[in-house]
Amino acid sequence: MAITKTEPINGSTTKSSAPPSSMSLKSDLLSTLSLKSLKLKTKQQELLIRVSILCLVYVLAFITRLFSVLRYESMIHEFDPYFNYRTTLFLTQKGFYEFWNWFDSESWYPLGRIIGGTLYPGLMVTAAIMYWGLRFLRFAVHIREVCVLTAPFFASNTTLVAYFFGKEIWDTGAGLVAAVLIAICPGYISRSVAGSYDNEGVAIFALLLTFYLFVKAVNTGSLAWGLASAFGYFYMVSAWGGYVFIINLIPLYVLVLLITGRYSMRLYVAYNCMYVLGMLLAMQIRFVGFQHVQSGEHMAAMGVFFLMQVFYFLDWVKYLLNDKKLFEAFLRITVTCAVGVGALALGVGTASGYISPWTGRFYSLLDPTYAKDHIPIIASVSEHQPTAWSSFMFDFHILLFLFPAGLYFCFKRLSDATIFIVMYGLTSMYFAGVMVRLILVATPAVCLIGAIAVSATIKDQTMLLRTKSKVSQTGSTKGTGGGKASSKALLDQSQPFQRNGAIALLLGVFYLLSRYVIHCTWVTSEAYSSPSIVLAARGAHGNRVIFDDYREAYFWLRQNTPPDAKVMSWWDYGYQITAMGNRTVIVDNNTWNNTHIATVGRAMSSYEDEAYEIMKSLDVDYVLVVFGGVTGYSSDDINKFLWMVRIGGGVFPVIKEPDYLVNGEYRVDKGAAPKMLNCLMYKLSYYRFGELVTEYGKPPGYDRARGVEIGNKDIKLEHLEEAFTTSNWIVRIYKVKPPNNRW
Amino acid sequence: MARSTAMKAAGLILALLIFTFLTLAVSSSNNQIQILNAERRIDLSSHIVKVFLTLKVENVGTTPASEILLAFPPSQADHLALVKAQAAIGKKKKKSYVHLDVNPTELPDALNGTKYFSISLLDPLSLGETATLEVLYILTHSLEPFPAEISQSESQLVYFRDSALILSPYHIKQQTIFIKTPSTRVESYTRVEPTKFSGRELKYGPYEDRPPYSFSPVIVHLENNSPFAVVEELLREVEISHWGNLQITEHYKLAHAGARHKGVFSRVDYQSRPSIKGASSFKHLLASLPPSVHSVYYRDEIGNISSSHLRTDYRKSELEIEPRYPLFGGWKATFVIGYGLPLEDFLFESPDGKRYLNFSFGCPLAQTVVNKLTIKVVLPEGSKDPSAAVPFPVEQHLETKYSYLDVVGRTVLVLEKKNVVPEHITPFQVYYTFKPIFMLAEPLMLASVFFLFFMACVAYLQIDISIRK
Repeated sequence: MAITKTEPINGSTTKSSAPPSSMSLKSDLLSTLSLKSLKLKTKQQELLIRVSILCLVYVLAFITRLFSVLRYESMIHEFDPYFNYRTTLFLTQKGFYEFWNWFDSESWYPLGRIIGGTLYPGLMVTAAIMYWGLRFLRFAVHIREVCVLTAPFFASNTTLVAYFFGKEIWDTGAGLVAAVLIAICPGYISRSVAGSYDNEGVAIFALLLTFYLFVKAVNTGSLAWGLASAFGYFYMVSAWGGYVFIINLIPLYVLVLLITGRYSMRLYVAYNCMYVLGMLLAMQIRFVGFQHVQSGEHMAAMGVFFLMQVFYFLDWVKYLLNDKKLFEAFLRITVTCAVGVGALALGVGTASGYISPWTGRFYSLLDPTYAKDHIPIIASVSEHQPTAWSSFMFDFHILLFLFPAGLYFCFKRLSDATIFIVMYGLTSMYFAGVMVRLILVATPAVCLIGAIAVSATIKDQTMLLRTKSKVSQTGSTKGTGGGKASSKALLDQSQPFQRNGAIALLLGVFYLLSRYVIHCTWVTSEAYSSPSIVLAARGAHGNRVIFDDYREAYFWLRQNTPPDAKVMSWWDYGYQITAMGNRTVIVDNNTWNNTHIATVGRAMSSYEDEAYEIMKSLDVDYVLVVFGGVTGYSSDDINKFLWMVRIGGGVFPVIKEPDYLVNGEYRVDKGAAPKMLNCLMYKLSYYRFGELVTEYGKPPGYDRARGVEIGNKDIKLEHLEEAFTTSNWIVRIYKVKPPNNRW
Repeated sequence: MARSTAMKAAGLILALLIFTFLTLAVSSSNNQIQILNAERRIDLSSHIVKVFLTLKVENVGTTPASEILLAFPPSQADHLALVKAQAAIGKKKKKSYVHLDVNPTELPDALNGTKYFSISLLDPLSLGETATLEVLYILTHSLEPFPAEISQSESQLVYFRDSALILSPYHIKQQTIFIKTPSTRVESYTRVEPTKFSGRELKYGPYEDRPPYSFSPVIVHLENNSPFAVVEELLREVEISHWGNLQITEHYKLAHAGARHKGVFSRVDYQSRPSIKGASSFKHLLASLPPSVHSVYYRDEIGNISSSHLRTDYRKSELEIEPRYPLFGGWKATFVIGYGLPLEDFLFESPDGKRYLNFSFGCPLAQTVVNKLTIKVVLPEGSKDPSAAVPFPVEQHLETKYSYLDVVGRTVLVLEKKNVVPEHITPFQVYYTFKPIFMLAEPLMLASVFFLFFMACVAYLQIDISIRK
């Protein structure tokens, strides 16, 4: 009993690492268990603390993403998630085979879209399995609730993976810090709030899981972990197109290990198992198919795979041949042959068209200016823009400073695992700089490396304090009266103000971390939790005004138009119209056919009679435009219009951008270009707007989004008629009239 | 033994005799009864046509008459939602009304598909006696929009078709019809002299001495801009939880059944002069809910609809709902209203130990017609012998529903009725037996799951399952 009583004191002082004390504890492990004492051993205490921290982090990661549900409602956000929701609904209603073979005639009219073959089904299948599971357990949930909460649930799971990953590359402390950091990091929250039902929500989990399992496989050399990482990779491939990052980063990492002379049997087993099985599994996804052996983006992995075999072969030969000179000659011949054969195969493959060249998106990652010049449709998306410094600060906050510090610690303690995280961090940071949305991919790496910095710093400083206090403790027990003086003397002997410095540093770290928490919560609640389908504004009396115009219009379409009506709108709204309005659209957010989108862009930027011909050829029944002139909503179609002109002009040279500009300036008032004032988009947006007084003290027809009085107030429509306009004019729907009777 | 069979046979013969006598009496009673005075007041102010018919009947035959027949032409019979009758008792000062039973009957000599309803009198009328009956019947979908398609700014004109003379199997001595119109605007009406139109009332009659089955069709073409709110389908789900809550979920398929909207919908016109440039449309609907209502929601397939107001006081709650867009003719909207109610106000225990739910039938939306109403009463898991007591004929059947943590499923009593009008809002009862022990099933199940989970955790942490040592 006496021993067990002293344990807590003993344990708390030597919690972090004290092998001798744990040795002594081991002896009375049995006695404690048999005594059934409520007091826990140091190890158990640590486990308890760790598990409870992890549980809290798990819950925290989930609830911090619920701002939007509490503030608005349980709904799907943005644009792409509506497609995912619609497909999930289809999957749960009709079953997997129907889903896999689904030809959707409701989008891309008249082309249609093979849904099963052109999507990553991971997200939908995940949500459907969760839904079926809950249903089986007799939880009568609606599929929408499952979809809304999928992203937060997977974010919670990501924190667990981050913990284990941190544990693998550094220690449990770093793992815990990484779990906390990633749970609330805005860079990740931006894509995983409740309702943001998008591929990225589960993909980041899959990405980190794959990396963790691979590093684990490299560290252990175990086939089981290699197999697990192959399955992690398969899940990632099924969930998101970002798997290309994995299939290029891992070979690069292996290559670096080979070059730095860290080749080992563990690496050989891990990579071969992961690559071969992962590739075969990934081929089961129809959208990916044979790309692993046929596309230029996947060739690096294959090259490294063959290189590994050559390495292994050479290793074997080296083992057989004891003659060093002979081996060097053999090495030279083999390497030249291997490189020659590889280069030849690549050349022949590319020339014969068997291996497809890199895609535009891949190019635009390597060369940030590529998209601007060649693919306006990629450049037109705001999340594909190069990242500004402010958004790095916004999304990472203190992690931006901790990242280099963490890299320093990693370099100080190089191992296979730390090399991996360093490479992951550096490459993903580069991609994050190229495209705003790829901040998401960098976030786990930044969190992990930041966690290493925080954990290592805190550990060093507390150890410093600990040893001092221990010394002082022993000093005080030894000395009867002047213990304090002796300990101070001891302190002074080492370094001046070291203890104070350590305290100051710790306080600084805690201050920074608390600022991080405050920042993250603020960003989540203010910036990343609005569904963008319902707009909220402050009224004159500080009350909240809701603009629910999008759903008003979509629901009107759903209820009051013929079921086979075709709706033409800019591609941004395509997914929403099909999901909420349940009507056929001409183009949607799956921008697979540039010409089709350009046709719509051309129709929008032509005169009405020319546009009518195009609309007739596309069987358009309704045209939908988004207009913010009454409410001051700035992301409307008039502000997007130049992209329509550019994309339309990219395919149809009839459309020229300068025709819509006046001295390179884009304007809608009296000074606007004549073509601008009479094009279809202008007419549809401002039809009868000239009669409306939007703001007190301003002339009628004052556009609040652009702050000008419009230039053409007398708009007559010949081939279209107003079918519906929402209560705040945000969405306007026009009906295309049938052709006039000819006599 | 022999005597009892003889008795039985005698009883049977007697019963047969009485039956034939009765049928004879009914068929011959047509000539016995005449109507001294009939007055019909037709209210066309909304899309639900209410007809108040006051009949003064006299028995001129020798046999006492216990039933009075009402006849409806087939075009009206199809749209008939409700027929109610009451008899006035006592003299002028001490007048009181007694409810009478009305049942559809078939007559062998029915002409041209005429449908009959028989009113059972309290005391049979003997020779020379008179009785005053007040009948209310309600017709739905009886105003035909003409023109059938109108533009946004036009007001809605409808046809109302009826007969100037009451269709009746009896001789009518004197009859008058008053038609109340919603506005002073009446485009045209059929003249059957004497006919008079003044203000908001159109008067046909009085007509004297008309033989049985007289008919004189009239058409009134009038303006009616009242909301033609028709719920094509309404599903009301009442879920009883013995933990103290009654959850109601109502699925509406609402439509504007008036003249179809044609051409442009201009928001700028609608915004500036909604009463003129949208006269035939409607924007709000009022649902009256029980006073103790809580956690009300109003949503549709794509999410919450933010425009609704709830006013509660101790007598009633009013929920003002606004569909996402104003409804013009032919436009539709589907939505769901849900709310919770405290169980103690609606669930009672009957003397024989059964429990019964006392809830109101019909649609809570004011001034709407429901084409098809389905009420599903979801009883708690483990309840038995459900039976419903509804004051009018409804279709009934049973279903099973699986909700949260159900193992055997909940019994659902489904009541269906077509053509429901606000007058159908009357209480109905659902009786069932339920043992309170079943309430504990779900909490115990949950508790045992958690217990097993923690046991598994303990086992996992304590047992070393590795093969290597």
